[in-house]
Amino acid sequence: MAHDKKNSSYISGRESRRITRFNRRVTRRLEKERADANKDQSLYTTKMKNPNNVVEFDNVCTYFFSDVGVVKAVDGVSYEIPVGKTVGVVGESGCGKSVTSLSLMQLLQRPSGQTVGGEIRFNLGDGTAYNIVNTPNAIMEKIRGNRISMIFQEPMTALNPVFRIGDQVDEVTFLHHPELSKEEVKARTLEMLELVGIANKEGVYNMYPHELSGGMRQRICIAIALACSPSLIIADEPTTALDVTIQAQILDLLQNLKDKLNSSIMLITHDLGVVAGMADYVVVMYAGRVVEKGTTEDIFHHPSHPYTIGLMKSKPVVGKKVDELYNIPGNVPNPVEMPNYCYFRDRCEMQCERCHGDYPPEIRISDTHIVTCYRYIDQGEIVGYPKSVDVEAL
Amino acid sequence: MQEMNNNPVRQSDYLLEVENLVKWFPIKSSFFKRTVGNVKAVDGVSFKIRRGETMGLVGESGCGKSTCGRTILRLQEKTGGEVRLNGQDIFALNKEQLRKLRPRMQIVFQDPYSSLSPRLPIGEIIGEAVREHGIVPQGEFDDYITRVMEVCGLPPYYKDRYPHEFSGGQRQRICIARALALSPDFIVCDEPVSALDVSIQAQIINLLKKLQADFGLTYLFISHDLSVVEHISDTVGVMYLGSMVEYAETGKIFANPLNPYTQALFSAIPIPDPDAHIHRIILQGSIPSPANPPSGCKFHTRCSHCMEVCKHAAPKWLEVEEGHWCACHLYDDAQAKAEAEEAMARAKRSQAQAG
Repeated sequence: MAHDKKNSSYISGRESRRITRFNRRVTRRLEKERADANKDQSLYTTKMKNPNNVVEFDNVCTYFFSDVGVVKAVDGVSYEIPVGKTVGVVGESGCGKSVTSLSLMQLLQRPSGQTVGGEIRFNLGDGTAYNIVNTPNAIMEKIRGNRISMIFQEPMTALNPVFRIGDQVDEVTFLHHPELSKEEVKARTLEMLELVGIANKEGVYNMYPHELSGGMRQRICIAIALACSPSLIIADEPTTALDVTIQAQILDLLQNLKDKLNSSIMLITHDLGVVAGMADYVVVMYAGRVVEKGTTEDIFHHPSHPYTIGLMKSKPVVGKKVDELYNIPGNVPNPVEMPNYCYFRDRCEMQCERCHGDYPPEIRISDTHIVTCYRYIDQGEIVGYPKSVDVEAL
Repeated sequence: MQEMNNNPVRQSDYLLEVENLVKWFPIKSSFFKRTVGNVKAVDGVSFKIRRGETMGLVGESGCGKSTCGRTILRLQEKTGGEVRLNGQDIFALNKEQLRKLRPRMQIVFQDPYSSLSPRLPIGEIIGEAVREHGIVPQGEFDDYITRVMEVCGLPPYYKDRYPHEFSGGQRQRICIARALALSPDFIVCDEPVSALDVSIQAQIINLLKKLQADFGLTYLFISHDLSVVEHISDTVGVMYLGSMVEYAETGKIFANPLNPYTQALFSAIPIPDPDAHIHRIILQGSIPSPANPPSGCKFHTRCSHCMEVCKHAAPKWLEVEEGHWCACHLYDDAQAKAEAEEAMARAKRSQAQAG
């Protein structure tokens, strides 16, 4: 494609109209299903496979119905987040790591973004679980900010500039605990501000976001996320916009708070260094699929998928001198037309005969370590295939 | 000043010499536009870069490293100090002389998404300045652009495409090609890889290194990513709140950082190894406002080694070991100590008077 001089993204008017018609039909139907507030509860309650997990992603498919075709942003992703543990999700931009978390929160850009297949099971703690994919909006509103909360990348834009800090933290508690009085809510907010290490809590309570530095704002965002003691905190690149020294402060804070509150953290980042210091488990994603998952030791001491190996080699490490950094050749395949073989094959320097077949299965190479690559097909048992949803059948 | 310009260009070891560079931005009052204060973005920075070498400039955001880079190229006027490129004082040149010098010094910006004009095709973006400065005769123009693009890893048929058709990594290659097309001696790289993904970062860093080896370029590499700086630089300068706090060869400064700020900064680097347990020095608070910097040593509000003298006297810029410069009272020699004591006494006296 890259060698083709002609513009490969050209779409004829007829084709474009067909895509639009198709998108409208599919998204309308899906939206209608979701809007049904009086849905029978049995439709979205399930059981966890393992009650020690907070969240189980099971073959989740989140597609975007765009004007140039269906973009499979997340395509058959499966992994678990155990209670009280930190799971790091690593990958380059556009690999679907953020979309997975947005699917969990049902915060996708609708109607074009839709979770069309798979299950996201969220543990309610009483033996039952919600399948987030089918959960109606009214129920989701009670989960968001209360049971699952999110810390965003840009603390500068995540806070509303026209409200005082106190009001913004109060809002969460107020929404999810309407039984509390104003004074009780304020007391709780001050407690939260203290918890995230803000010394001048009474002063900050009455400040506006612009009066605070980036690190302080991120602390406020964390306070908002923790206000209702959620069982899962999604931290979407929480330190990318911050300086190294502030990053160390924030990571230190997150680590301490997790132990204090016994919450799980889903840490989305592209910085391998941050993951190594924070996470218990690591999931490596590439082009909308999980290519490797395991404990942090598995991934960092025995990286197995060629992509993970390449990623590790391409990052300069302080104290390790190399003449030239390794770089992974080529680019990520076009998300509209994914190949039907291994997505990484065209960039892979370790490809073999077998790679010309279908997309490789997930192979368990040790108790905790799963890799999606044909190189290990003789070294472990096959645990599953990432399942895609047939778009035409929708 | 005039004499110096007429002198033949001095050929010293150093391509770039920066001496006591100062850049203040005035704060104007709202009504009468009087200057009510200054943001001291760069406040007395000195360093030299050898021909064909790379100097890394690191520090937190807001410490003045980008302002420093831009002032060196005279994209902004200085407030004080001197910058010499090839022995020539850049701020003594008139407009025409400066225009002639421009192709010798170039810059690659941080954000490849906003630094390319969306209305020009790639060939035009790269070639605009080449034509303006008459680098090659008109007949060879096309060949020249093709050659430059090939050197930067861009296929020549991209020439007629527009920036929005490219990914971040390729745009950064275009930015580099644009700077390289003028065959400069000196390039300021202002965070050229921080907006890119890890695997693309590696491509760009390798490209920069290759170009340096092929064309003998000299870089000032501004970044907050310390691992990248360690990889690419020969010498490293650490800035804090407008001042240089430490300067040494890369190996020396990473093996043995002297200044407490440098120590904290280096210990904060996340290491991609779960077993690495380093003693992390976590700095409290954030960087103070450069409009109202703390008295004495600017770092004393966050420093774990803070002494009484640090609060009142600014530390001297001393060569602690050979080629290893540092500004910190911990490493004061006898003379500097005496001066600092004196300054402290003076500051205390004036404080008492004011009180």
